[in-house]
Amino acid sequence: MHEKSITIALAGNPNSGKTTIFNNITGTRQKVGNWPGVTVEKKEGLISKYGYDLKIVDLPGTYSLTPFSIEEIIARDFVLEESPDVVIDIIDASNLERSLYLATQLREIDCRVIFALNMADVARTKGTKIDAEKLSELLDLPVVFTVGNKNEGIDTLLTKAIELAGSTAEIQQKRKVKYSKDIENAIIKLQDFIENKVKAKLAYNLRWTAIKLLENDKIVTERILLKAGDKRNDLLQEVQALRAHLMDRFNDDPEIVMTDERYGFIAGIIKKTLTSSSQNRVDISRNIDFFLTHRYLGFPVFILFIWAMFQLTFSVGAYPMEWIDRVVTLFAIGMNNLLPDSVLKELIVNGIIPGVGSVIIFLPNILILFFCIAIFEDTGYMARAAFLMDRIMHVIGLHGKSFIPMLMGFGCNVPAVVAARTLESEKDRILTILITPFMSCSAKLPIYIVLAGAFFSAKAGTVIFAVYLVGIIISVVSGRLFRTTLLKGADAPFVMELPPYRAPMISSLLIHMWDRGKIFLKKIGGVILVGSIVIWVLSAFPANIRYSLDYASEIVRVEALYEAEITAAGKSERDVIEKKKDMAIAKLIMARRAEKTEKSFMGKIGKSIAPLFAPLGIDWRGSVALLTGVVAKEIVVSSMGILYAVEKEPDALQSALVKSNMTPLSAFSMMLFVLLYLPCIATMGTIWRETGAFKWMLFSILYSTSLAWIVCFCVYQGGKIIGIN
Amino acid sequence: MLLSEMKAGQSGIISAMGGTGVLQRRIREMGFLKGTRVYVEKYAPLKDPLELIVKGYHISLRVEEAAQITVDDVKQDFL
Repeated sequence: MHEKSITIALAGNPNSGKTTIFNNITGTRQKVGNWPGVTVEKKEGLISKYGYDLKIVDLPGTYSLTPFSIEEIIARDFVLEESPDVVIDIIDASNLERSLYLATQLREIDCRVIFALNMADVARTKGTKIDAEKLSELLDLPVVFTVGNKNEGIDTLLTKAIELAGSTAEIQQKRKVKYSKDIENAIIKLQDFIENKVKAKLAYNLRWTAIKLLENDKIVTERILLKAGDKRNDLLQEVQALRAHLMDRFNDDPEIVMTDERYGFIAGIIKKTLTSSSQNRVDISRNIDFFLTHRYLGFPVFILFIWAMFQLTFSVGAYPMEWIDRVVTLFAIGMNNLLPDSVLKELIVNGIIPGVGSVIIFLPNILILFFCIAIFEDTGYMARAAFLMDRIMHVIGLHGKSFIPMLMGFGCNVPAVVAARTLESEKDRILTILITPFMSCSAKLPIYIVLAGAFFSAKAGTVIFAVYLVGIIISVVSGRLFRTTLLKGADAPFVMELPPYRAPMISSLLIHMWDRGKIFLKKIGGVILVGSIVIWVLSAFPANIRYSLDYASEIVRVEALYEAEITAAGKSERDVIEKKKDMAIAKLIMARRAEKTEKSFMGKIGKSIAPLFAPLGIDWRGSVALLTGVVAKEIVVSSMGILYAVEKEPDALQSALVKSNMTPLSAFSMMLFVLLYLPCIATMGTIWRETGAFKWMLFSILYSTSLAWIVCFCVYQGGKIIGIN
Repeated sequence: MLLSEMKAGQSGIISAMGGTGVLQRRIREMGFLKGTRVYVEKYAPLKDPLELIVKGYHISLRVEEAAQITVDDVKQDFL
């Protein structure tokens, strides 16, 4: 244990390279992206260095501390409430002017700030030079040059930060933004009023509080009024009077005037510290964008990328899938031979291995998909995707950024719902979260593959594509519906940076991919393991079933019958009869297993809910499988495997399905139901957490499930009427 | 002239801004200030949103948002 611990917060604009620096300092896993606002979680890292315990907190990337978005609120509240010892403001050197806006706001809060001028090498190639000494002098804070992706300057940055944390020097007033005379007067008046009249003990710096009150900052105003007690109304009146006076004077809202004046202050600093030569400006990003957001080429290229992503996911993923399949099979055989006969063996061999095995097989697909999404994010292409898609998303009443969570929904809904955090308006966020589950997640794909493969063979790909398309259409229609009813109002302004393209760092891509793949693996280890055990128990018990036929003696009888035939037959025919015998016995064993499942707890549950599913063309086995899918969609296939009493999915399951009374129409209906009905437990939990309201989760469950029922009813019954099977 | 009426390849100086408080403030924070030169890089393939260069970086706005910004001194520019 070290003597001293220091908390260091990392602040900065999105795309300033903040996350890369965080990774360099802490070495921990964290998402790195180029898409504005990818760092939505508060991430921490603990390290010991230079005899100190350093707690590094990565704040969300923001352009300002005006609390418009969740990120800004999180970042500001951390600085205000947790008072970190030092705030490192990471500044993209090629974007100094805009970056300084956040910096001036940090300075006003009255915390100790140190500047990391990041990617100065890039800035230099763009023809900008920054006088760091002058900058340091003008703002009265240490300035360090860093190159995040080359790990340069990080040690100096940390040493300076520790030094600053230990210093006791007061922050000089003159280094802060000075507003015009009228505003400064109003600030002083309000400061006086708070100090002398209200006399409340404030948690925040007085000047800053006064500024925020004048800016009509809702959050701060509320907090201060709470503290003001019986002086509440007096304070409110004073603030309103001052605001009215300023409004009169400037003919504009005070907060807008103050924003302008902060930029005025910044302009002064820029003039003294920045020299830029417009020569040899090579802007590779613009050249790339010439093609990628081109009037005619933009969309084809975008569709090509998405197509390539799915192609890569499923065709390249097929190879490791086969290896995993082999390993799982070998493992099952090994366990079967190794373990003594017992209930435990039954559980492991028939419950856990097939259950978990049929899910883990999709790990390659999921990792490849997340790797591709990470490439889109880290290169900066995601922002271009939003740029291209905004017009279309706008039709649903959504922001182009909503496209990204929705796209991620094709991988897994859990990170997709989380990704909706980057949307600034709460209505947009909830709307996106509600329609994201209709983007068919990768866990549903195995179900489609099995069903479509069994009933549509050659056209399986087209049918699966149609299911995905239905999901997209439903989400668009639902989006419009919600926007005009539940979540009325205009969508947030589309103000989005298009960051320069960057070559992705392979390590960051892998971290990215792994972070999300981990969620999938955790699901296998947790819910899916539990789910397969529960399903096995429900289908294996009660153990003593009264069979409709005494299978054991029937097998003996059939065996004897064929034996007699064999001895009677000539040598040449023996093999054929032998095969017939084996088939007959296998048939009996399967029939017994199917009857066992039918009479198990699971079968009983399934049969009791089956009437609900009958109009959709889904039998009791399908009902049970869908029920188990609530735990996780991946389970649906494995429970169908158990219910149809087949050894190994998916081939055996497919032939069992064809032999059952399912038709292509009912298979299609079941696929649609899988597409639309309630999301898995993990997603439901995430929806609850991200919307912050139980009611939205409940709404999502009810809406999607009733919609699934209605759509499948129409498709199945309609299909029957027009004579499709 | 409104920013939304400018063509790709033109630049102009912001002279006035309208719109609601939140939008006004948000775009100001991103560097759209009176007297700042904005360059229209391009329109998205579906003519909305548009890509602008302001204070040396690229940003996109919707046409309806750009329609809140009035510009002067519009000219063909090479940036």
